[in-house]
Amino acid sequence: MSENGQPVVATTADTSTVTDKVIDLRAIDVYYGRVQALTRVSLEVRQGEIVALIGSNGAGKTTTLRTISGLISPRKGEVLLFGKAIQGIGAAQIARLGVGHAPEGRRLFARMTVRENLDMGAYSRGDRAGIRTDLERVYTLFPRLRERDSQLAGSLSGGEQQMVAIGRALMSAPKVLLLDEPSLGLAPILVDAIFEVIREINAKGTTILLIEQNALLALKTAVRGYVLENGAVALAGPSEELIASPDIQRAYLGM
Amino acid sequence: MSDQSGIPGAAPGGTGGRSGSVTLVDQANLGPRTAEGSSFFGAAAPVLRLAYSLISKNFGALLLGLIVLSIFGTFLQGGATLMGNQIKNALVLGAIYALVAIGYTMVYGIIELINFAHGDVFTVSGFYAIFIANTLHLNSLATSSFGGLLLALAIVFPLSMLAAGLTGVAIEFVAYRRLRDAPRLAPLITAIGVSFLIEGVMLVREGPDYVTTGQASWINGTAFKLGQVSIGYTDLFVVGTALLLMFALGAFVQRTRLGKAMRSTAQDRTAALLCGIDINRTISATFFIGSALAAAAAVIYSINYGDVKWNIGFRLGIIAFTAAVLGGIGNIVGAGVGGFLIGLIYVFGGSLVGGEWSEALIFAILVLILTFRPVGLFGVEVTTRA
Repeated sequence: MSENGQPVVATTADTSTVTDKVIDLRAIDVYYGRVQALTRVSLEVRQGEIVALIGSNGAGKTTTLRTISGLISPRKGEVLLFGKAIQGIGAAQIARLGVGHAPEGRRLFARMTVRENLDMGAYSRGDRAGIRTDLERVYTLFPRLRERDSQLAGSLSGGEQQMVAIGRALMSAPKVLLLDEPSLGLAPILVDAIFEVIREINAKGTTILLIEQNALLALKTAVRGYVLENGAVALAGPSEELIASPDIQRAYLGM
Repeated sequence: MSDQSGIPGAAPGGTGGRSGSVTLVDQANLGPRTAEGSSFFGAAAPVLRLAYSLISKNFGALLLGLIVLSIFGTFLQGGATLMGNQIKNALVLGAIYALVAIGYTMVYGIIELINFAHGDVFTVSGFYAIFIANTLHLNSLATSSFGGLLLALAIVFPLSMLAAGLTGVAIEFVAYRRLRDAPRLAPLITAIGVSFLIEGVMLVREGPDYVTTGQASWINGTAFKLGQVSIGYTDLFVVGTALLLMFALGAFVQRTRLGKAMRSTAQDRTAALLCGIDINRTISATFFIGSALAAAAAVIYSINYGDVKWNIGFRLGIIAFTAAVLGGIGNIVGAGVGGFLIGLIYVFGGSLVGGEWSEALIFAILVLILTFRPVGLFGVEVTTRA
């Protein structure tokens, strides 16, 4: 929604509209053991936006998402979700706050059925009626899953597995959805379909932070984008500016 | 056999050494590569590989065949009566192995740890049951009337299971939790340590000899006769209770919220976290249930056999572990079936070649499974850690 057209170079200052920021990373440093994966990464996602995170392999995109959902803790800096610091509350608790994460590699429960996988997404919810509505919604978004609902998730095709991964994340009725490479390994037709669904999900009010190999597709879908290079934010800004930027065109859009 | 093979260890970069892969396990693709060069097996290699893959693929059928043969052998030796009695004994023993095996398999399934202390939880539970029965004067209650027996059972089972469950939870909390992301050898060694610790404490507290439980007299009498084989109420009780508990567990794991949390945590811990599942609580629950089932097995054991000893759980535990591996470690149904199969092997192997060989036979089977079919009979691949 709010494209506060500030060009390139991200800064986070602006604490006045805290409630509006669903995700607010403030200069985080993240390490895997001794290896530094992220350096002073600042990033924000506002209510209702689709934000794209692009960059080459190993740039730190997945690490950024893992930090947001609490799978890994930053050594420095702050992570704020819905305006509150979430230091050390743990991934399960963060999921319950309303962060849905369809992780890298899908990570389905391979020996459970499609339906059970979706049920697990709603694990921490108590409202049966709401769960039923959301299940119906997932089945409407992905009619294929309704047909396969009693099949083991591990036996599905890649595209179907991706649908389950997104569906499972949606079943928690998230306020914000983190999608890690939703198009990975999918046939072009399916990629379009998945992105169509992503826009639909967003249109119904879910904020989305998206990692995507296909930078052009990602930026066309998102209102804003961040470009990560070697674990740091290299560029940030509204999508159309990024698409128009010669650097981006050369490095990521193959133009 | 071999051409120029010479000393087995001397072959430089011998069998499969080049790729560093485990030659004996990955039979299919390694064919030509291992056959060339100075392999120890030389020309015999393809034949061996074929034999290996045949045994590996038909392991279940072969094992079942051997069991049927040994049952038949027993029939030839001692007629239908001996065979019938031994089947009964095997089922009783198998029921106990099955219950204990489930605890191993559940814990392995969720944190990939062979919980060596599990067998000792079984023993401790036997002593819990004695303590509970003595303190609450259950022995006289149980033998007073049928109603008294039911009441005594309704007291001793839940209380022992509760005590054992809490013991299991405590063991996990103290000894394994901090090592959850450590290299796998670390918690394994701790588990052995916990096992020795429990055994030491029991040796000091309960002494080195068998302790009579007083529960052997709880259930008596013959229920019915099949030919010359008399089936006692105890036998029915043992097998019936074990089956009941296993089906209850199956339903629990399939249907309930916590059961689903356990399964999903076992399959992918990271994904479970992202679904909002409290991993610590789920793992604690797994230890609780596994230990409670071991306690149920211990109560059954002491009612059936009438005595326990500080270290009975050690060997019984390893045999039950073999049952879990046989069924496919991590697979609950497999552990149940494996328990009964191991019971059959123990009893009929023993009746054919002499009882003193029973355990040697079981552990030979363990080695064979790990060599030929490490995934067990029900071949579900084991989840790997995130």
